[in-house]
Amino acid sequence: MQLNREQLLAAYRMMRTIREFEDRVHVEFSAGDIPGFVHLYAGEEASAVGVCMNLDHRDKIASTHRGHGHCIAKGVDVEGMMAEIFGRGSGTCGGKGGSMHIADLEKGMMGANGIVGGGPPLICGAALTAKTLKTGGVAVAFIGDGASNQGTTMESYNLAKAWMLPAIFVVEDNGYAESTSSSWSVSGSQLGRAAGFGIPAVQVDGLDFFAIHEAAREAVERARDGGGPSLIHAKLNRYHGHFEGDAQTYRGNGEIERLRAEHDPLTHFRKRVTEAGLLEGGQLDAIDAAAKSEIDAAVAKAKSAAMPPLAELLTDVYVRY
Amino acid sequence: MTDAIRPIGMPKWGLAMTEGKVNAWLVADGAEISQGDEILEIETSKITNVFESPVSGLLRRKVAGEGETLPVGALLGVVADAGVSDAEIDAFVEQYKQHQAEAASEDAAPEPVMVEAAGWTVRVLRMGPEAPDESAVPLLMIHGFGGDLKNWQFNQPDLAADRAVYAIDLPGHGGSSKTLDGDGSVAWLAEAVRGAMAALDIDRAHLVGHSLGGAVALQMALDEPVRIASITLVCPAGLGAEINAGYIEGFIRADRRKEMKATVEALFADPSFVSRDMVEDLLKYKRLDGVLAALQRIADVSFPGGRQATVLADRLDGLTVPVQAIWGAEDRIVPPAHATALPQARRHVLPGAGHMVHIEKPAETNRLIGEFVAFTGG
Amino acid sequence: MAKKSFRQAINEALAQEMRRDPRVVLMGEDVAGGQGAPGEDDAWGGPLGVTKGLMPEFGRERVLDTPITESGFVGAAIGAAATGLRPVAELMFVDFMGVCFDQIFNQAAKFRYMFGGKAVTPVVIRTMYGGGFRAASQHSQCLYPLFTHIPGLKVVIPSSPYDAKGLLIQAIRDDDPVMFFEHKMMYDDMDEVPDEPYTIPFGEANLTREGDDVTVVALGRMVKIANEAADALRKQGVGCTVIDPRTTSPMDTDSILESVEETGRLVVVDEAHPRCGMAADVSALVAQEAFRALKAPIRMVTPPHTPVPFSPALEDAYLPSAARVIEAVRATMA
Repeated sequence: MQLNREQLLAAYRMMRTIREFEDRVHVEFSAGDIPGFVHLYAGEEASAVGVCMNLDHRDKIASTHRGHGHCIAKGVDVEGMMAEIFGRGSGTCGGKGGSMHIADLEKGMMGANGIVGGGPPLICGAALTAKTLKTGGVAVAFIGDGASNQGTTMESYNLAKAWMLPAIFVVEDNGYAESTSSSWSVSGSQLGRAAGFGIPAVQVDGLDFFAIHEAAREAVERARDGGGPSLIHAKLNRYHGHFEGDAQTYRGNGEIERLRAEHDPLTHFRKRVTEAGLLEGGQLDAIDAAAKSEIDAAVAKAKSAAMPPLAELLTDVYVRY
Repeated sequence: MTDAIRPIGMPKWGLAMTEGKVNAWLVADGAEISQGDEILEIETSKITNVFESPVSGLLRRKVAGEGETLPVGALLGVVADAGVSDAEIDAFVEQYKQHQAEAASEDAAPEPVMVEAAGWTVRVLRMGPEAPDESAVPLLMIHGFGGDLKNWQFNQPDLAADRAVYAIDLPGHGGSSKTLDGDGSVAWLAEAVRGAMAALDIDRAHLVGHSLGGAVALQMALDEPVRIASITLVCPAGLGAEINAGYIEGFIRADRRKEMKATVEALFADPSFVSRDMVEDLLKYKRLDGVLAALQRIADVSFPGGRQATVLADRLDGLTVPVQAIWGAEDRIVPPAHATALPQARRHVLPGAGHMVHIEKPAETNRLIGEFVAFTGG
Repeated sequence: MAKKSFRQAINEALAQEMRRDPRVVLMGEDVAGGQGAPGEDDAWGGPLGVTKGLMPEFGRERVLDTPITESGFVGAAIGAAATGLRPVAELMFVDFMGVCFDQIFNQAAKFRYMFGGKAVTPVVIRTMYGGGFRAASQHSQCLYPLFTHIPGLKVVIPSSPYDAKGLLIQAIRDDDPVMFFEHKMMYDDMDEVPDEPYTIPFGEANLTREGDDVTVVALGRMVKIANEAADALRKQGVGCTVIDPRTTSPMDTDSILESVEETGRLVVVDEAHPRCGMAADVSALVAQEAFRALKAPIRMVTPPHTPVPFSPALEDAYLPSAARVIEAVRATMA
C-alpha cells in the first residue's frame, strides 16, 4: 500500500517526537530531575510507528517497560506522559504509575509493563474481547527479545492460535535483554518459534519504517479477517542503556556511535522520501523544529506542575471498596 | 377418658420454624387457664413471643422445662379435668410423644404456592379446612410495604379454624413477581390483588390489610364493594397524609445488617422483637434482583416527598363495606390518630404495640378480627 | 424455597449472569471439556461438574476451554476485563496460582492504581481450595491470605450455597478483580437458595450463631465447624457468636470488634496456615483495637505450619475440628 503525503508526514512527525522525547528524558534524568527507572526507546522508533499507523480506535496495544514510543505512536498525550515521568499530579496516570506504567485505555494503550512478558497474555484477552464483541479490533503485544523467552509469551502464542485470536506479536529485538545478548539467550529463532505454533511470521529490518509498516499491514489484515495471530520479528537497535544510568560496559567499542551514524531509522526515512521526491527536506526540518519545541514545552510544563496531593495515596485502589 | 385430656403443643410460627425454646412458663402448675391466656414465652431463631393457650382448663402438667428447645408439635403441657388421674396423664404423655415421633416424619405444614394472575405471579399461602362450609366467606390477608405473607404467621393459623384464609405477597414482594407490571400505585395494587382473587377463584372475601395493604384493602372495598364482605385495617395507610418517610427511605436504603436492624426496630413498640433472623430474612428479600426497583417505584408513587399520595379519607362517606381499624398505640410509622378518619368503624387502639400490632399483640388482634368477621357474616 | 447444592448455586449464578449480560464469558481448563476430542462434548463441565450444561446453552464462544496454560488464560481474562468483557476464569486448584501470580498480583490488582484510576478490571477468578479430599500438598491449600495481602484484589470465601450464589453474582457485577474461593469439600452442601438472582454485598459479615460468652470468627468450611462447636457448647451453657466475614478483602472488621467488645473472648478458626494468615490477621486486629475488652488470651485454631499431608490419618489430624474449636473456646473461659 502506498502511503500518501499526509501519512508520510505524520509518520515522520511521530518518529521525531519519540526521538526528541527520549533524548530529552535522557538529559533531564542525567540532571537528576526524574525519579526512579526510565528505559528509553530511541533508535527503535520505526517499529512503534510502523505498526501503530495500521491501527485505529478499535485496536489495543500492550507495551513493555521501554514503552514511551508505543504510547506516543498510539496517540497518548505527550505533555501528560512527560508530567507522569516527572511524577506530577498532571501526569497521564496522576503520577501514580511513572515511566514503566503509562497507560491510556481510552486510546487503546493498555500500559507499559514493568513485568517482562506481562503484555502478551493481556493482549490475548483484548483480542478475545474484540472477537467476542465483534468489534473488528485487533490487539498487538510489543515484546522485547528478553520477553520472547518468558513462558507467558509462548503460552500466549499457543493460546492465540488455539482460540484463533486477532492478535499480533511484535518482537522488538534490539540485541540485548538488559545486558545479555539475544544471540546467546534466544535458542532457535523467533521465526522458528512462531512456525512451531503455526503462526505466520516475518522478519523485518527495524531500521526500515516501510518494511515494518508493510509487515504490520499484512498482519492486521489477517487478524481482522479472522485469520488468527501473526508475529513480526523486528531487528533493531537501542541508542541508550537498558535503563538510564546503565554504563553499558557490555557493548562494543564505538557501537552506539556507529548505530546512531549508520542505523538511524529517521535518517533512513528522510533519505527514502526525499530521494523519491515524496517529501521535501524543508518539510521535515520544520517537523524537527516543531517536535523540539513541543518537547521543550512539555518539559517546562511538567517541571512547573504540582506533585500529586497526598490524599491521592489512598485513592484508585478499587472502584468501590 | 382421653377426651378430658388436652395437649398443648409447640406452635409453628412461620414457615421456617422447626423448633422453639421454652424461655419461661407464665402460669403456675395447676392453674386454671383460659383459651388465649398468655401461658409461655417461646423463642425461635426469628422471634421471641408469648404463646397463648389454645385450650381452656386446668394445667395439670408442665411437660416442657424452661430452657428446653423442642421441635414444633412437641408436647409442652397437658390440660385436664381435676378428675383425671396422674397415671392417665402419664399414659397420655407417653402416647403423645410416640404419636409425635411418627407424625414428625410426615410434616403436613401448609406450603405457599405460586399462582399465575393477570400480569403477575402471586405467592399464596392457604390455611384452613380442606372443604370449608360453603357459607364461610374466605379471608384474604394483605401485608404492607416491604412485608410478605409471613407477617401473618401469628394470625393466619388462628383465623383458619373454620374458613379458608389466604395470605398473599403483593407484587414486588416476598415470592411474587419482582417486576411491576404497572405504576405501583395503591389503585394498581388493588387491581393486582383482584387479579389474584380471580386466579384463586375467590368471588368474595373478608380482607385484612396491614399498612400499605390496608390502603389496598380500602381501595378494593371502594372499587367493588359487592366482592368484599368486610375489611379490617391494621395500622393502615390511606387515611391521612402523614407517614414516617425516614422509615420508608431507610428500608429501601438498608443493605447491611446493622442498618436494617435499626430501621425495622421502628416497627415495634418493643424493639427486642427484631431478631438476627428477621433482619437476615429482610436482607435476603431485598437482595433479590428487581426488589429495590419495585420498592422504589411503589414508594415514589405512594409516598412522594415523604407524604401519602393516596388519601381515601374523603371517600369514606360512600363506603358500604363494614370496616374496623386496629392500631398499635405506639405506631411510629402511621399515626394512630388517622383512625379518626373512620368514624363509622370499630376502632381499636391497642396499648403496648407499635406498627406490627398483629405480631406484638396477636391474641387481641386475632380475637378482634375473628369477632368482626363473624359479626359481619359469612 | 428450593434446596440447592453449593455446586448448583454456583452454576445457577453463572447461568443467570450469562443470560443477563452478554459480556460475561467463562474460561478455564475443561470448563466444558471434550473440545476437539472424538467423544462427548461438555464432557466434564469443570473438574467437579460445577459448570456442566453452560457450554450447551451459551456455546463455545462464551464458555471457553483453554489449554493447560494458567498464566496465559488468567492473563487473557484480565486483559479481556480491561477491554470490555466481564470474564469469569476458573483456575482449577488455587495451588496452581504459583504459575500465574504475576498476572493477578502485578497486572489485575494494580492496573487501577498505576493508571491513576482510569482502568476498570472486572474479572472474577474462581478457584477450588481446601483439604479433606486426600489430594495432598499441591491440591489442598487455602492460600486466600496471599490474595488478601494484595491491595486491589477482593477476596470472597462463601460458606454456604446461599452465600455462594449471592456473592458470585456480586463478584461478576463488581468492577474490581475478585478472587472467589470454593471449598472442594462443600459442593454437595445443601441450602435454601432463591431461584431469582440476588447479590450479597462484600464486606458484610454474617452472624451464623449468637451468644454472649465467646466470639468465634471462622471462614469458608470452618464456619460449619464453628457452628457445630457453638451448638454443642450451647447445650453445655456456653454461648458463642459465630462470625463469618464472607469476604476477607474487604473485611467487616466492625462486626468482629463489636462482638468482642460484648463477649471479651475471641477464637479464630482458619483452615489456612497459621503464619501470616487470616487467624493472625484477625487476632492482630482485635489485639490492637479491642485489647481492653479482652478477658482472656485470643486463641487461634488452625492446622500446624506444615504442608497438607496425604494419608487420611495425617490429614484428619491436620485439619481443624469442632472438638478443637470447643477446646479453644473452653480455654478462653478458664
